[in-house]
Amino acid sequence: MRETPNRELWVGCFVLVAMAGLAWLSLSVGGLELFRPKGLELVASFDEIGGLKSRAQVVIGGVKVGQVKAIDLADDFRAQVTLEVDGELALPADTSASILTAGVLGDQYIALEPGGDPETLESGEAISFTQGAVILERLIGKLIQNIGGGSSK
Amino acid sequence: MNPIAGVGRLGAWAIGSVRALGRFTLFARTLLGAGASPPLRLRRLVAEVYDAGVLSLLIVCVSGFAVGMVLGLQGHNTLVRFGAEENLGAVVGLSLIRELGPVLTSLLVAGRAGSAMAAEIAAMVVTEQLDGLRMMSVDPLDFVVAPKALGMILAMPLLSTLFVVFGILGGWAVGVIVLGGDAGAYLSTLEQATEFSEDVLGGLIKAAVFGVLVGFIATYQGFTARATTAGVSAAATSTVVIASVATLIFDYFITALWGY
Amino acid sequence: MEIEARDLQFSRGDRPIFRGLSCRFPRGKISVVAAASGGGKTTLLRMIACLLRPDSGAILVDGTRDLVSLSRAESDAWRHHVGMLFQFGALLDMLTLYDNVALPLREHSKLTEAEIHDEVRRVFEAVGLEGVDQLLPGELSGGMVKRAGLARALIEKPEVLLCDEPFSGLDPPTVRKVEELLQAVNERTGATVVITSHHPLSTMRIADHLVMIGEGRAVEGTPQTLVREDARVADFFEEALSPPAVARGAS
Repeated sequence: MRETPNRELWVGCFVLVAMAGLAWLSLSVGGLELFRPKGLELVASFDEIGGLKSRAQVVIGGVKVGQVKAIDLADDFRAQVTLEVDGELALPADTSASILTAGVLGDQYIALEPGGDPETLESGEAISFTQGAVILERLIGKLIQNIGGGSSK
Repeated sequence: MNPIAGVGRLGAWAIGSVRALGRFTLFARTLLGAGASPPLRLRRLVAEVYDAGVLSLLIVCVSGFAVGMVLGLQGHNTLVRFGAEENLGAVVGLSLIRELGPVLTSLLVAGRAGSAMAAEIAAMVVTEQLDGLRMMSVDPLDFVVAPKALGMILAMPLLSTLFVVFGILGGWAVGVIVLGGDAGAYLSTLEQATEFSEDVLGGLIKAAVFGVLVGFIATYQGFTARATTAGVSAAATSTVVIASVATLIFDYFITALWGY
Repeated sequence: MEIEARDLQFSRGDRPIFRGLSCRFPRGKISVVAAASGGGKTTLLRMIACLLRPDSGAILVDGTRDLVSLSRAESDAWRHHVGMLFQFGALLDMLTLYDNVALPLREHSKLTEAEIHDEVRRVFEAVGLEGVDQLLPGELSGGMVKRAGLARALIEKPEVLLCDEPFSGLDPPTVRKVEELLQAVNERTGATVVITSHHPLSTMRIADHLVMIGEGRAVEGTPQTLVREDARVADFFEEALSPPAVARGAS
């Protein structure tokens, strides 16, 4: 077969470029984790998670340190959220987690607040201090009730 | 027309369709056998990936970019009404990754490379090249047809990936550069919204299935073409028509079956 | 090998091609199959090559083996003994001439590339082709394609050589060359050669044995006797038998 070197070169480039595109789509856009070292996996239970979704950000003081890996319903009907955070973080055992909203209607995320315990959280351990999502509608409903109740007295 | 004759014609058409489907299935099975048995013809395969893949690169990348631009514009105009224009990246990216990338790539490749593949095989039937191979006790399915089908199957997911990447770039060009949206938001909403297993892998599986469809339909049409000039053009035409319709129909079923 | 067709019946759609055709191709001789266009010359060759099956009848090799009933593997094996030159060469467009001719050896023999190279040189020399190794079939003239097709037919040293219209579409000097080539191959290898042709002049020059197909049946014999005894054959070969037109004009 003639002029195959040229053709083979083209096919090689084609495959390489397409694989690079695929890698970008999978790893960066799709969030597939192949090479990243396993992070610290923590579990936190909430009464209410609102609109929290998997892959939502986990931040400490506004700095992204991880993301939500999975959301399940626990046996006690509380929402069990599995977080994956940077494995090098030494989080104190009394760290607390709360679900916050970016802006009034923005995405929900989890903010961690490190405490002062000398012991640190290991992978698989649970965060005991949690603060669930604030549901705006309920808040407003309560407010109206309180105002109504206040005026009747 | 006599109604009885009409019913009869419908029946004849139905029987004919089922027969054609049966012949196609038999062909596909024989082709699988020929392709799976050694030797693996690597040089022939490279040549076919060149024909199906590299030669379709330009049309796929340009179309991808153009489709991305349209999505960017339309998406922006719609999202603005809800004040959610920062989600443009997610809209453009998800539509491309899940639907438009695989489907449009398949339609384009069926028209560009599938028709050429069918016509080439049909021309080999006309010029007795396949009989020439048989005379040398070389199975034409093994030497000519299987590498062509396999080349198409390999090229399709790669082309679809490039279509998606260029589409995301096109959406970026319109959403960020032309309409002045936020570059960071474009990427981060895209990354937030996209799941690997549900979206990226799903799109990839679609593209692979479409590759099988186009590859098998094109080679079947070429291999069974009538040995005339009209047969060659008929093979090319019916490849484009059948492969396009099959792509759209299968698209629904894969979408329905893939974890929703 | 001697090949004998017995009572072949074959029809394409409603149109009968053979209605009880019987003929034989003697061992080591050059036989020419003549017929009007559409008379079934190529069909007969394809049946001998096992590319086509008659509806009924038998094609016997050396009086014993019947080609009609061969399985797929058996016909593959038979084709190793048969070389076929197709009307338009049927070389693979995607391969160079060298690769085309070397293909059967690469597929079926355990020869090294160097040995294959020697074999390809041998057949190229036999058909008078040189310096064309790296050309693609599309870059050749009709005569060169025929020679290359012949080279490919000869590479496996066939005992039976089938040539479909080897003289069509060639200029008279090239026709003469191809005739000489076929005669040389026949003499050197002793292969049974079956040629289809409607060129009366070439047929008269090279045929040891003539098979004339008409209306689905065949008459056969040496060209000289057939022309003498059969009016239809005489009619077909009139051009070759009458004195050349130029000579007539001069006299």
